[in-house]
Amino acid sequence: MADATARAVELVEAAVDGDRRALARLLTAVENRSAVGEAALRRLYPMAGRAHLVGITGPPGSGKSTLVAALIGEVRRAGRTVAVIAVDPSSPITGGALLGDRVRMQAHAADGDVFIRSMASRGHAGGLASTSTSAAAVLDAAGFDLILIETVGTGQSEVEVAAAADTTVVLEAPEMGDEIQAIKAGLLEVADLVVVNKGDKPGAQRTAAQLRAMLVAGAGRDADLSRADRPRPKRPEVMITTAATGDGVPELLAALDRHRATGRESGAGSAPARLARAEAQVWAVVANRLRDRLHDAAHAPGTAETLAEVADHRLDPYAAADRLLSGLDVV
Amino acid sequence: MTDRPIKVLIAKPGLDGHDRGAKVLARGLRDEGFEVVYTGLRQTPEMIATAALQEDVDVVGLSILSGAHMTLVPRVTRLLMERGMDDVLVTVGGIIPDDDVAALRAAGVAEIFGPGTTIAQVATFLRANARPRD
Repeated sequence: MADATARAVELVEAAVDGDRRALARLLTAVENRSAVGEAALRRLYPMAGRAHLVGITGPPGSGKSTLVAALIGEVRRAGRTVAVIAVDPSSPITGGALLGDRVRMQAHAADGDVFIRSMASRGHAGGLASTSTSAAAVLDAAGFDLILIETVGTGQSEVEVAAAADTTVVLEAPEMGDEIQAIKAGLLEVADLVVVNKGDKPGAQRTAAQLRAMLVAGAGRDADLSRADRPRPKRPEVMITTAATGDGVPELLAALDRHRATGRESGAGSAPARLARAEAQVWAVVANRLRDRLHDAAHAPGTAETLAEVADHRLDPYAAADRLLSGLDVV
Repeated sequence: MTDRPIKVLIAKPGLDGHDRGAKVLARGLRDEGFEVVYTGLRQTPEMIATAALQEDVDVVGLSILSGAHMTLVPRVTRLLMERGMDDVLVTVGGIIPDDDVAALRAAGVAEIFGPGTTIAQVATFLRANARPRD
């Protein structure tokens, strides 16, 4: 443990000093939830909290990586530094992963003020890896102005990125759904900005108009009600981009900046968001530790047998959970 | 978490436009339980070395069919060395004449996989030779 702390201190100092290899090693340590990673996070966390964390989510093939690449270009033209965390799914069968988001972003590979890191989800549901938020904190502490967190291709309910980010962008492709899809609960509800990408394809204007009608108008009426105690839906701005050509991307960056400024001014936007992020981070650590502990034969010798009993329907999942948790020395 | 996957960068340096083989290998290694970063076509040695550094990969697999391997491969290995990635395993796949093998090995290439190599052979080699992970 003392070794781990010493190594963590060494890596943290180098990474904060601009050493990209040390930064990359730190991200690996965090991703592997190693002792070095944990010791490093303890040191880095107080230094984080300065960057603008932007989540980019949406269905597979809607153009998330291409939009991230276009945003990188726009952010760099503005003279700001940018880091990307791009999550792709791990195989539930082999544990392997194909991380292909970089393909779209390699044009920026040689730029020293751009740092791109792929992460496999490693069995975590929700659109991110369980360590993505921690990885973002590392990049934040390392001094990047903007951190783009690209989720796996999401469906309707992978809303975790909203807790990880200050600003959440939900991508839609033209003609992906009708007005009923737009009023279902889930992913669209957590959007601060809804972007209809592939704006050069037929139907983009119509899709954007439908989304505006359903998301903005409906939420607007509700927001007028003086029921401050009830959670209120967001009123996302709906925009159109064509990431492949860059059309609409400057406007998107401006909207991201506006959202951040508004959140900071009012305080209302940022405090709950930060609390939600803190909660997500702490629960992720707690859940990871519990799972590790329960899989560790030394601490929980009966786990495998208990799982086997549930598989045979000799024990129900609730009784199994009671048994596992009651037998656990938690700290 | 001791059993974390080996992370591999599959890259195509140079100008040839054929990446079916690289994609098949990437997918095959995925099925073998590796985390595979694929960077796409027409990568410069600089882009490959930067991606390897940022991704902190254990292995860099270069796929070359163009015949430019004697120029491109030593550039990649030199850049990796210069950036402190001397513990990263470098392998080459593609069409490499026997006469060039010794020179590529001298430039820091651990293994060369020619036509007919199976995914299982590559996976076995990488598991046996990738740096120990902490």
